[in-house]
Amino acid sequence: MDLLTRIANEVRAGEPDAVRALAAEALAAGVAPAEVLRGGLIAGMTVVGDAFRLREIFLPDVLLAARAMQSGLEVLRPQLAAGGVPTAGRVVLGTVRGDLHDIGKNLVGILLGGAGFDVIDLGVDVPPERFVDSAVEHGAAVIGISALLTTTMVGMREVVALVRERGLADRIKVIVGGAPLTEAFAREIGADGYAYDAASAVGRVKQLVGAA
Amino acid sequence: MSGAGLLARLQRGEVVIGDGAWGTLLIAEAGLPPGAPPERVILDAPEIVGAIARRYLEAGAEILTTDTFGGTPLRLAAHGLAEHCEEINRRAVELVREAAATRALVSGSVGPTGTLLAPLGPARPAEVEAAFERQIAALAAAGADLLCVETMIDLAEALLAVQAAKRVAPAVPVVATMTFEPTPRGVFTVMGVTPARAAAALAEAGAEVVGANCGNGIEGMVAVVAELTRHAAVPVAVRPNAGLPQLVDGALVWPENPAFFAAHAPALVAAGARLLGGCCGTTPAHIGALRAVLAA
Ligand code: B1M
Repeated sequence: MDLLTRIANEVRAGEPDAVRALAAEALAAGVAPAEVLRGGLIAGMTVVGDAFRLREIFLPDVLLAARAMQSGLEVLRPQLAAGGVPTAGRVVLGTVRGDLHDIGKNLVGILLGGAGFDVIDLGVDVPPERFVDSAVEHGAAVIGISALLTTTMVGMREVVALVRERGLADRIKVIVGGAPLTEAFAREIGADGYAYDAASAVGRVKQLVGAA
Repeated sequence: MSGAGLLARLQRGEVVIGDGAWGTLLIAEAGLPPGAPPERVILDAPEIVGAIARRYLEAGAEILTTDTFGGTPLRLAAHGLAEHCEEINRRAVELVREAAATRALVSGSVGPTGTLLAPLGPARPAEVEAAFERQIAALAAAGADLLCVETMIDLAEALLAVQAAKRVAPAVPVVATMTFEPTPRGVFTVMGVTPARAAAALAEAGAEVVGANCGNGIEGMVAVVAELTRHAAVPVAVRPNAGLPQLVDGALVWPENPAFFAAHAPALVAAGARLLGGCCGTTPAHIGALRAVLAA
């Protein structure tokens, strides 16, 4: 089995030490860090997301896999930076006002970080002003908002409205996600993007910053 | 009826009806803003809490739940209310007791702490258990007749709650329910706990009644109850929600109305449920309809 497949398997098994060791081994063998990321860490996490959707595995497996992926990222990060790989862009991420669910949002953050984005995580219960203020302050091109409650998802509309009100709509794109959302709802509130799960969120954010 | 009286009735195979949702009514009637802690209403508008309890009583509920689902200090801390833990839980019991008098039992609601236990998250078992102990001690001291540990997805956390209850309030019966989802591969919580494992472990930890609550509508609960009944050595409780809420013209609407709820309830009894009530989206009208159909 090649090294990248072994890394993907260990991510899936939620083994941080094995992932760290194999990632270092791959780098030492001359595999490009971006390749370790794509063919190893992200490939493993994608399998995990699909298996969770089918309930072949459960939330604990997903959380442990995410941690294993992060440990691999720590090994790659200095190399990615030293190699002059530019960050893919900056994303301000958080859970909508009134909502405390953060498991899904954290997974989205980890995968975005893995894909080379600089993620500023504002946590949960984030008021609309904070999303927009932070995006401006950090020069972020994208605001990502998560909501798990039908009662709180309507608050996403306020963030979109505020971005427009401040005349930032051509500089800052808003992407939304979370279990109760639909593509139609995202369109209705005027969001620039919607993603069903963490893996597709990465693709959508890349499109939004024109990096896809 | 006392907590012990309730257990005797359930063990004889009688069906007992509890209440329905609280948060749903607090949002609709107390104007609770989205995501605001329902426990706030106990301090800010106690009369609304009493009024909801009276409406469930009139609808025929024999058990009334306290508005303390998020009443552990860990959950309250997210809203800056941790230091009000004792006051909130005590007042919540008193308000329901005032409404119930001797006509219904007061059940102290204990929900998840909202943090994940190590290694999945930052919480240490000792701190989670201490949080449950603090809430449960306050509920019991105020005179709760029973405790309902509910909406649990992680068996380890549910067991910490039941163990805490048995330590600080050993005389108060515990109803412990988890949130299961029917999947193509069988029934599990999102953390992967099966009804068989939950039923055995919760009863072993001392829960006198085990079961399921919340979920995604009443129809899927029949399979969940059947699984629980097959494996439980104690009576089974079920509190389905009225489906998942939808936004219709800006208003929150739960898809399953009282008639639908009542029409499917006999299947839950046939599957083995003995203690029935409702979760999110159910109302006094759902409980009234449930009572009518089960009395018929
Ligand atoms: C920016 O772009 C993007 C793109 C994609 C994005 C994205 C952003 N964000 C997410 N995604 C997507 O990618 C992720 C990975 O693929 C996915 O994320 P998800 O978050 O969907 O998936 C996660 C990986 C796993 N899923 C989860 O983490 C959610 C699991 C369930 C069980 C759940 C949990 C764990 C909790 N809960 Co809550 N909870 C439920 C959930 C029921 C269920 N079985 O799903 C749900 C969401 N809860 C619900 C409710 C009602 C509540 N909860 C509450 C509380 C909690 C806990 C604190 C106990 C806990 C949260 C712990 C935490 N730290 O997050 C309360 C609200 C508190 C608040 N103010 O937020 C409370 C109101 C309960 C109460 N009575 O108090 C229901 C919402 C119903 C609705 N549609 O409105 C619920 C569906 C349960 C149910 N069956 O009714 C995608 O959606």
